[in-house]
Amino acid sequence: MTASRLVERLLQTLPVLFGISVIVFLMITLTPGDPVEIMLADSRATPEQAEQLRRDLGLHLPLHERFLVFLGNAVTGDFGVSFFHRRPVIEVILERLPATIELTLAAMLLALAVAIPLGVAAAVKRDTWLDRALSAASLFGVSLPGFWFGILLILLFSVTLGLFPVGGRTPFDLEVARVSGFLLVDTLLAGRLDAFAAALRHLALPAVTLGLPTAALLARVVRSSMAEVLTSDYVLFAEAKGISRARVLLRHALKNALIPVVTVAAIETGSLLGGNMIVETVFGWPGLGRLVVESIFARNYPLVQAAVLLYAVTYVTLNFLADVAYTALNPKVRL
Amino acid sequence: MSALLEVRGLRTVFPTRRGPVAAADGVDLTIAAGEALGVVGESGSGKSVTFLSVLGLVRPPGRVVAGEIRFDGRDLRRLPRAELRALRGRQMALAMQDALSALNPAFTIGQQLCETLVAHGLARTEAEARPQAAALLDKVGIPSAAQRLDDYPHQFSGGMRQRAMIAIALAGRPRLLVADEPTTALDVTLRAQVLDLLDDLRRQDGLALALITHDLAVVAERCARVMVMYAGQVVESGPTAEVIVAPRHPYTRGLLESLPRLEDPDRPLHPIPGQVPDLARVDAGCRFRNRCPLAVPDCAKPVPLAEAGVGRLSRCIRAAEVA
Repeated sequence: MTASRLVERLLQTLPVLFGISVIVFLMITLTPGDPVEIMLADSRATPEQAEQLRRDLGLHLPLHERFLVFLGNAVTGDFGVSFFHRRPVIEVILERLPATIELTLAAMLLALAVAIPLGVAAAVKRDTWLDRALSAASLFGVSLPGFWFGILLILLFSVTLGLFPVGGRTPFDLEVARVSGFLLVDTLLAGRLDAFAAALRHLALPAVTLGLPTAALLARVVRSSMAEVLTSDYVLFAEAKGISRARVLLRHALKNALIPVVTVAAIETGSLLGGNMIVETVFGWPGLGRLVVESIFARNYPLVQAAVLLYAVTYVTLNFLADVAYTALNPKVRL
Repeated sequence: MSALLEVRGLRTVFPTRRGPVAAADGVDLTIAAGEALGVVGESGSGKSVTFLSVLGLVRPPGRVVAGEIRFDGRDLRRLPRAELRALRGRQMALAMQDALSALNPAFTIGQQLCETLVAHGLARTEAEARPQAAALLDKVGIPSAAQRLDDYPHQFSGGMRQRAMIAIALAGRPRLLVADEPTTALDVTLRAQVLDLLDDLRRQDGLALALITHDLAVVAERCARVMVMYAGQVVESGPTAEVIVAPRHPYTRGLLESLPRLEDPDRPLHPIPGQVPDLARVDAGCRFRNRCPLAVPDCAKPVPLAEAGVGRLSRCIRAAEVA
């Protein structure tokens, strides 16, 4: 991919992001519920004080002016101050983001680790009992509602068997220097294997809850893609060359079969970020998803706007990266 | 001439919704070292299936259910999988109709060549295989071969791709090459180039060639012997020159009459009337009888492949009257 083509592709994302910022701004603003009232609910503020707060937050301006202010600031990376935290939104979000990314990546890696071998096995053993069993299992997996499945996992593995913590990201007493914000990385950097194991144990159930439906979906994609590739002439030709069956399957067939999988996986990673809201809430995971849910309830406009915009940017970026990866895997496509 | 490949009574069956279909049914054939056998027949006549059976590459759920496949004295059907795989590419190779789909789009020509060399112990590593790979490309007439090793298949032109595929098939220096419609996808000038290449390889290296085609003209030009297949069976075989001049099976004669002739361009063409029978519903009798001008009631009885002259076989009870 040439540099100019790269820039062009990046510019194509701008209208998308603008459109999303308009929608996000309108949705949250037009939702009933006054943030000032919610913020002052427990205190006995005078109407003057409430009006002062409204001015401080810029909520006294007409809608279109508020949007322009929001957009102008957003372009410079300033998403305003979180109503609730009284700190810059961007700061609050960045604090929570690593936990969400860690969970999302763990879920996606788990999904791929499950989906690729199972999908390949189903394709190779096409129309056998194994294929049918895997197909039924993946239909079940795709249909699993995250909140219900998460609770079931907690009941079984945490409450009944006591194998995993009920929720949270770390034990309360864990003290590790935050370098990257990713606990699995930071605990290793600190040389604390015990803390690493603890972090992993906390990560396990939420990652499974988040990753399993994705694994089921990806397994179906891998299966159909691999099954198609296996009927291709180049697989027959590779077999005629006398190379091993494993090499034919894992090298010749899989590399081609993974091309559509990469695209779906990248887009699914974006969806996982959204799915985080439910899983993080169920498991008390201190990530962005929970922050967003809390902020929606608190009518914390600036934070919701910034977060949704961030989701959008991530989604668009992942699509872009999927294209780049697609190019790397498929020499016939030159963007 | 001793036979390099000898097939007896080969039967390859595919299950279908309407019952099992024998895509190759009682096929006998022989190919000697350095010999070119033309295999002619329309699509679905069992040409490809016969040779995929020989190579052990029939795709499940299809499978070889009967017959003997002797290659260099060994019965391939009794060989363990690993040994059969070691023969593939090394002793017997396959060249396909469409190189664009036969070559893996995700790997370079060099990778696909070197892989075969390494798999058969002709080089220890892919890096070590590169000079041999370049020599192979050079041998099939690809200019500046060493530089083109790192090209992907789609960066080659059609004719080059076809020759590169043949180079890959021949990388293990096999003794038998099954060329399944190797020139059908090419235009006329490229066709001649590829066929010349196969001829040269046969003469220089003693490569035996099974040239599967539906183009009788190609067979007439390139193959000393021809075998005609119809509806899963061999209906006629013999020296090409004799078969063309005096066919011993009505189907062969029908094929010849359906071709235009250079010396007599105004001669009306005679397509064979009727349809190929449904392979799921054939009986023991002659499979061509529903389209045959010579058919008699006795054709409904089983017809064996019988001698019809020196070195000639025909599956027709009225072989002598065909001509």
